[in-house]
Formats: sequence, structure tokens, C-alpha cells
Amino acid sequence: MSDPINLIANWLQGLLLGLGLSVGLTKIILSFVGAVVVATIGMLTVIFLIWLERKIAGRIQDRLGPNRAGPYGLLQPFADVIKILTKEYTTPDGADVVVYNIAPIMAVASVLLIWAVIPFASTVVGTNLNVGVLYIMAVGAFGLLSILMAGLSSNNKFALLGAFRSVAQLISYEIPMVVSLLMPVIFARSMGLVDIVEAQMPWFIILSPLAALIFIIASMAEVNRAPFDLMEAESEIVAGFHIEYSGMKFGMFYVGEFLHVFTVGALVATLFLGGWRGPWAEQYPILGLIYFYIKTFVGYFIVAWVRLTVPRIRIDQMLDFNWKFLTPLSLVLLIITAVLDRVLVLVNSERWVYSLVMFLANILIIWATVEVLKKTTSKPKRKEFPMRPVAMAPETSTSTEPSS
Amino acid sequence: MIPTTYYIVLSALLFTIGALGVLIRRNAIIIFMAIELMLNAANLAFVAFTRMYGIIDGQVFVFFVMTVAAAEVAVGLALIVAIFRTKHNIDIDQLNNLKG
Amino acid sequence: MTGMDSLFLIFAVITLISAFLVVTTKNLFHAALWLIMTLFGVAAIYVLLNAFYLAVIQVIVYIGAIAILMIFAIMLTQRVMNPSGRIFNKNWIIAALLGAFMFIGLVIISMQTGASKTTLPQISGQLDTVSELGQALVSPNAYVIPFEVASVLLLAALIGAIFVSRKR
Repeated sequence: MSDPINLIANWLQGLLLGLGLSVGLTKIILSFVGAVVVATIGMLTVIFLIWLERKIAGRIQDRLGPNRAGPYGLLQPFADVIKILTKEYTTPDGADVVVYNIAPIMAVASVLLIWAVIPFASTVVGTNLNVGVLYIMAVGAFGLLSILMAGLSSNNKFALLGAFRSVAQLISYEIPMVVSLLMPVIFARSMGLVDIVEAQMPWFIILSPLAALIFIIASMAEVNRAPFDLMEAESEIVAGFHIEYSGMKFGMFYVGEFLHVFTVGALVATLFLGGWRGPWAEQYPILGLIYFYIKTFVGYFIVAWVRLTVPRIRIDQMLDFNWKFLTPLSLVLLIITAVLDRVLVLVNSERWVYSLVMFLANILIIWATVEVLKKTTSKPKRKEFPMRPVAMAPETSTSTEPSS
Repeated sequence: MIPTTYYIVLSALLFTIGALGVLIRRNAIIIFMAIELMLNAANLAFVAFTRMYGIIDGQVFVFFVMTVAAAEVAVGLALIVAIFRTKHNIDIDQLNNLKG
Repeated sequence: MTGMDSLFLIFAVITLISAFLVVTTKNLFHAALWLIMTLFGVAAIYVLLNAFYLAVIQVIVYIGAIAILMIFAIMLTQRVMNPSGRIFNKNWIIAALLGAFMFIGLVIISMQTGASKTTLPQISGQLDTVSELGQALVSPNAYVIPFEVASVLLLAALIGAIFVSRKR
């Protein structure tokens, strides 16, 4: 009972071979089944995530969140799904119909493709691609493309503006993301995600906390979440690239966004938090699956937490933050990590010495960055205002009294 | 298994389509795309020969071709946008200032 | 006809049809999308040729950067997506003849390389071309100098693009 997933897979394989199918065909069918199962679990997780995020948002903003449909409002997302499915599909005049309809499908597919390379447990993994880390970036390109297609084919100014902004943002933030992804690659000496997880003794977040931080910030920009959601800023460009979509076509974008955030959590868990690693995870792969999910939710919670805490930034701030801060910082981190790694391997140091030196180097870089920022940023001088009482006794006015 | 020729013929066809695009289209951006097609055809041949001879040098060349393509697109598109700003047109039949 | 062969045929047809449409489509945005389809087909053929690294890099560089930049340039330069007027210039007959000659010449030359007789060698297990490629790029007696020159080229292109497109 330690590995139920492979048990089921083996049973299915035996069943199909018993029906007289060839080995190759059985493999293909099993891959399809696996893909369908992963995609379905992803979609079902999203339904749960929407509820969870609304609950968290409610708590952080000092309200209750959904609490009408079902216990703790658990049935609320199902009600939403039914509502969105029964809505009318509208297609704007002058739209580029084929492109317009492909875009939402690509938005979801680009996220689901990432799950093909993530190791869920020591024995449960889609494919051990030896360029897994780059594959993640490559798939991200299709997400960008879907936004661009949606924006350009809708025949709408606001959609076009949203697409413009998205191109600027996503292309810029790919650079620190790739560079921060190189740190686990250096530590594990492989680009395959399975190898990266197996090399995590200790977790890479201890070896390079700064890389994890940069990766989380850059991914937040990649998933268009606040504070980087200026491509769908409601108060400026209404809804951005998906303004003309209705019904389930809009739902696809919505699902794609939530799934992407969850995928970012999974990537943080895989690359920096040790993936399925944990006590007894190798003997009992099902435990690894549970550890992986817990870590993923930790990553997800961080992204949701930041989203609900930080206000949206302006477009010039967004570009400045990337090009003048995040990219140089990640490059410095890459150079120092690579040099230290080379030196430490040459002197044949122990694993704990290696980890300690890497950790201290990261702390040093963070400290130096903070010092440099303190020196160079000119803070606008705050005007001192005298404290004023929150409520004052009404003087003589009668107009402020509530009318009965 | 398929012989290497198939890959080479595919590459040649792709190259020809790209060359035709450069020769007959009028829009500068489409010409850019056709150039990318030709570069891709060359890359395809490189990778096929790498696989055939089992040495890595072909893939190294593909790597450099991609670098050059990226640089070329960055500068070229900047030029096209700059030309569009001054002439409000990117039809190459109209861009004949140097003709005298 | 094995699975590999049919996959090659499928991707080859996809690549060629979309390449043809890149050159003939009137709508610039559609041409860019067909270009992306072509590049994706080429990436798939790289996978069939066991060049996983190049396939992924192809998607990142060509689709994720070059094609997106082209769409960006299309948005900046074209007020209307559908340009009116002729899309081909006058010398298309000569061009078609030249193209046909070039294709025949290329095929004849490639026949003489010995590629026609050789089938691709079978690969035992997972060939790790990634580390081999990495070694070749940084080892001093292979390609380290071209590698460094390429980085300088990229820097020069970066500066050049900024210089050309900045506001005066």
C-alpha cells in the first residue's frame, strides 16, 4: 500500500496487455491516462483554490469570505462554475474569430504543460526531461502568446493596451527568473527536475534564499498577480486583454491564472523546498505526494499573501524595479554563486561547509544590497503634520446629523 | 528509420520558401520573418548532420545562429520602427531614398 | 512505417504548410502566428533528432522572444492589421524560377554528401547532448572564443537597438 499510484498504473498495464494490445500502444494509452488524470486533478484543485483564496482574502481584509453555500461556503465555487457555464458567449464585431477562440485554450494549456515535468513523488513523475528547467521557461512563452493573441484579436483598445503592457512585463521579468533558476541548476549539476529534487540535501532555499526570493517575485510578475497586475488594472484599462471574453472563455483565463499561481507554488516547492522530500518519503511514496502538496500550498499562500497586502505598482516602477534592481541583483548572485561553487568543489569541501558558505554569501549579498539601497535612494522628505484627533465633538453644526 | 535525406530535403524546401518570401514580399517585417525561415532551414540541416555523424559541432553552430538571429531581430526591428516613425511606411518598394 | 516516421511526416507537413502561409498571408498578425507554428514544427523535428536542448531553446528564443518582438513591431508599425494593395512585388515570376532552381541545386548538392545512403544511427539509451554541448562551448580547444564573441555581439545589438529606437 506504500505506492498506490504505481499499483494502479501496473494493474491498468496488465489489463491492457491482457486485452492483446502491443507494448508500445499500452505505453501511449497509459501516458494519455496519466496526462488526463494530472489535468483533471489540476482543474479540481483550482476549484478548491478559488474558495481558499477568497477565504484567505476575507480573513486578511477582516471579513468572512464566502459562507453561504454549503459548510464554510465550500460549495461557492461550484455555484460560480454553474453560473459561468450558463452565460452567453459573445464575440465582438470585427474580431479575429479563430485566434480569438484559440487564445483561452492556450492560456490553460500553457500552464498544464508545466505539470508534465514536475516530480510529485519519488516514483510518480511525468517525464524526467534533462532540460526540465528550460522547458518550464519555454512553456511560459505560450502563456505570453495567449495573452497577446487575446489582446490583438478582440478588436478593442483596452485589450490591446493590456496586451502591450503584458509583453513589456513578461519579457522583462523572464530574465531574473531564468537567472534565479540557474542557482538550483548549479547546486544540482543538472537541469532535470528529478535530479534537482534528489540533490536537495539540505533544501536549496537554505543554500540560496536570495534566489528563491527573486524567483518568487519574478513569478508573481509572470502570473500577473498583484502587485504586478497592471495589465488588467481595473481602474485604468477596465480588464485588460480578456475584456471581450464572456462565459467559459473568460473562465478559461480565470482558471489559467489560478492554476498558474498554484504551479508557481509547485515550482517553488520543487526547486527550493525539496519537492517530495521529507521523513520516510522514499519508503512510502504516497507520503512524498502529501509533502509535495503541503509545500506547494505554502508557496501558494506566500503569493496570495503578497497579492492581498501590496498595492499595485505603476508601469514605470515595474520596469525600473526589474531592470535597475532585480536583473543586476540576480546577475551578481549568479556570478558569486558560480565562483564560490567552483572554489568549494576544488578544495573538496564537505557538504555542510558548502551549504554554510553559500548561505553566508547570500546573507552578505542581501546585506550589501540593503546598504547600497540605503545610500543611494533619496527618500522624499516627509512633512510633519501635527496629530489630529480621529473624532471631534460637533461644534454647532446640525447638518451632519443623520436624517431620520 | 528515415534516411537523412528527408531532413535535408525538408530543410531545402523551407529555405526555398524563405528565399521566395524575401524576393517577392513588400512588407519589411514579412521579409524579416522569411529570413528567420531561412536561418531555421540552415539550423535544421545542421542538426540533422549532427545526428548523422554523431559529433556535436553542428549543434554548437545552431547555438551561434540563434544568437545572431536574436541580435539581428533586436536591431532590425528597432530600425524598422525608426523608419516607420519618419516615413510612416515600411513598404520596401517605397524606401528608395538612396537610389539617387 | 514506424511511429517515429509518421511523427516526422506530420511535423514536416505542418512546418511546410505554415511556412508557405507565412509568405503568402496578407494579414501581418496571421503571418506572425504562422511563423510561430513553423518554428514550433522545427522544434518538434529537433526533438525527433534527439536535440532536446536546442528544441527548448528554439521555443524560448524564437517563439518567446523573436516572434513576440515581431508581433510587437507589427502593432507599432501598422495602423490597420489588413494592409490594402498588392502584397507581392512585380518580379515574382523571376523569383519563382530562381527559387525552383535553388531548390533543385540544394537537393543535388546534398545528394552528393552521402546523406542519401545513410540512415540515422540508432541511439542507445538517453544520449546526453546537453552536457556535451556545454563542454564544447566552454572548453578552450573548442568554441570558447566564438562563445565570448557571441556575448559581445549580443551586447552590441542591445546597445544598438536602444540607440536606434530612443527618442531624440
